[in-house]
Amino acid sequence: MWSRRQRRLRPLSCGVEELRCRRREREAALRKARREQQLVSKRLLRDEDPEKAEGYVAVILGEAEIQQFLRLAQRGTEEKEREKALVSLRRGLQHPETQQAFIRLEGSIRTLVGLLTSNQALLQLEAARCLHELSHSEQSTVAEACLPATSYLLTYLSGHSSDFIELCLYTLGNLIVESEAVRRQLLPQGIVPALAACIQSPHLTVLEALGYALSQLLQAKEAPEKIIPSVLGSPLPQHMLQLLQPGPKLNLGVAVEFAWCLHYIICSQVNNALLITHGALSTLGLLLLDLAGAVQRTEDAGLELLACPVLRCLSNLLTEAAVEAVGEQMQLRDERVVAALFILLQFFLQKQPSLLPEGLWLLNNLTANSPSFCTSLLSLDLIEPLLQLLSVSNVVSVLVLTVVCNIAEKGPAYCQRLWPGPLLPSLLDTLAFSDTEVVGQSLELLQLLFLYQPGAVQAFLQQSGLQALQRHEEVAQLQDRVRALQQTAQHG
Amino acid sequence: MQLPPALHARLAGAPGEAEPLPVERDPAAGTTPFRFAARQDGDVQRHLYLQDVLTQVAGDPERPRVPEFTCQVAGCCQVFDALEDFEHHYHTLHRNVCSFCKRAFPSGHLLDTHILEWHDSLFQILAERQDMYQCLVEGCTEKFRTSRDRKEHLVTRHLYPADFRFDKPRKSKGPATPGPAVQVSAEALGGDQVPSEGDAMEVCFEHTELPPEPSGERRTYGHRIPSTICFGQGASRGFKSTKKRNKHQ
Repeated sequence: MWSRRQRRLRPLSCGVEELRCRRREREAALRKARREQQLVSKRLLRDEDPEKAEGYVAVILGEAEIQQFLRLAQRGTEEKEREKALVSLRRGLQHPETQQAFIRLEGSIRTLVGLLTSNQALLQLEAARCLHELSHSEQSTVAEACLPATSYLLTYLSGHSSDFIELCLYTLGNLIVESEAVRRQLLPQGIVPALAACIQSPHLTVLEALGYALSQLLQAKEAPEKIIPSVLGSPLPQHMLQLLQPGPKLNLGVAVEFAWCLHYIICSQVNNALLITHGALSTLGLLLLDLAGAVQRTEDAGLELLACPVLRCLSNLLTEAAVEAVGEQMQLRDERVVAALFILLQFFLQKQPSLLPEGLWLLNNLTANSPSFCTSLLSLDLIEPLLQLLSVSNVVSVLVLTVVCNIAEKGPAYCQRLWPGPLLPSLLDTLAFSDTEVVGQSLELLQLLFLYQPGAVQAFLQQSGLQALQRHEEVAQLQDRVRALQQTAQHG
Repeated sequence: MQLPPALHARLAGAPGEAEPLPVERDPAAGTTPFRFAARQDGDVQRHLYLQDVLTQVAGDPERPRVPEFTCQVAGCCQVFDALEDFEHHYHTLHRNVCSFCKRAFPSGHLLDTHILEWHDSLFQILAERQDMYQCLVEGCTEKFRTSRDRKEHLVTRHLYPADFRFDKPRKSKGPATPGPAVQVSAEALGGDQVPSEGDAMEVCFEHTELPPEPSGERRTYGHRIPSTICFGQGASRGFKSTKKRNKHQ
């Protein structure tokens, strides 16, 4: 069921710990870039392993050589010769200096576009590969030099050659993320309808590439005003949801791309009600069940890649007022979602702790306004496992306590089921934390327990609760709540 | 984190909603639950993934080479040693081919438009009275009186290049214009002269029976390229289809 496109991995030459460290550094760098709105990631499709290709040396080509190769490709008499010339050019273009030389050369792009649209299929393909290398450049000038080719790249999306279409899509995706100037050209050229037509392709590689290109489009700064409305008006959302439906045809690589696409659309808040009427909640809910099932069967390779956007999409959709307005079928009410979520939380704890907040955030949004889901948590005996997460981190602790608050605030019937059990000892532990938010949320929970659960105050006093409170008497954000609790505890 | 054993069974069980316990709030309770909405920031994971893919993928292994084989389409003598190359060749040159003039197009949509505008006499008649030239951009429903107007629209509205290769005005079947047989399409190539094997996708098969044209407009293939060399355009010798279209499935 979880068929995945083969990713060929180079054997790693460094240790696991070093990898983790590097990864943490990179995450920090990415977060910084994201904050500064400078997060640009591109994809590169390369057909051969440079080290293995015959006679290949990482050579930087100068303008004269580039010109020679272009001439040969354009006017050579021997077909193979022309192809080889382009291959040599393409290899050279893997190097940024060659790229610079290429764009400096007058008429180079024009010639390349000519080859891209020639009637020689293999020259076309090689020319497209050259463009792809250029599109991947970090230098704006290089990527923007590819602009004359875009109308053709879009035209080719309605062709039939899947490898070629895939290449065009990744190239477009790289160009899209490059600058607003590029998008200002691509939009009137009809990129959205072109993608909408292309998404009907049966080829998984094409679909994954399309998802990538679309996700780049949806991340644009101007997307909420200029792009997402037309995407929502196209058949794209329905097709995306179809590609996210669990079942034998679900492909992980494809699903990951479209889950992120959905995430960007939802975050923009342009028209989430429309997505809900298309059944987004139930599709994503079923997908969540599927993910949990895969975890149970330990077919979990790469699962967290899909879990992350799915959790975010669900969490965000649940904040929409439209959720309450739609019919039952469109809502998320299935208790199995809670079961699935906990199975995933356990998985995250072992494999990807950074996803715990994501899962708990969904749990929070599920329980906030739903007595039914709160009841499920109680009847499925999930409070104790939930409390076990309290020691993981401050962020996680706050979320755990917020979820329990969501349950407790529903009244005595709920608090009764929270009591006795490990709740009080856990709370006394969290009161010993130094983090203000954790303590603050603990105080909120205590207040609810004092209000709705007879005997809670007494038990609290018996276990030296007052001393636990004392530590926080002087903390500005906590003072008022601490005093209120002290009063309630002492005077009943 | 210890999960209750019954949980796994619940996941596999029937869909259902728990019957909620009665809700009874006291106004003295200060808290109201609220739902967190996220912003886009969470996609740091995604970028990590994209960049991981970038650094980890060592590149696809060499495409498997097979013993050389020839394209089986009648008259095409292109040779291949890899299946993907053949696939692309086939789709580029043999898939959306106009059965009237043998030109190949990158998509069914462009082929349909071409046949309509170049080979359909009814179209010509209707075009005298109404806007028949459809915009080439998928999703745009505009129609135009002339091919030139359409091109204007493509350039100004859709930012297409003025020399877009898949939008050639139909050659008129009027009296032959004397002078060098400059193809209409060749003009569009601008500065760089691409050799005459034809621009863009308008593959004109050297050996087929083209519809009769005034000689002044015939392409000058035979003069520049030795006839023994076949650029994979494929001569569809003997291909006399009476069907309106040639769409390989």
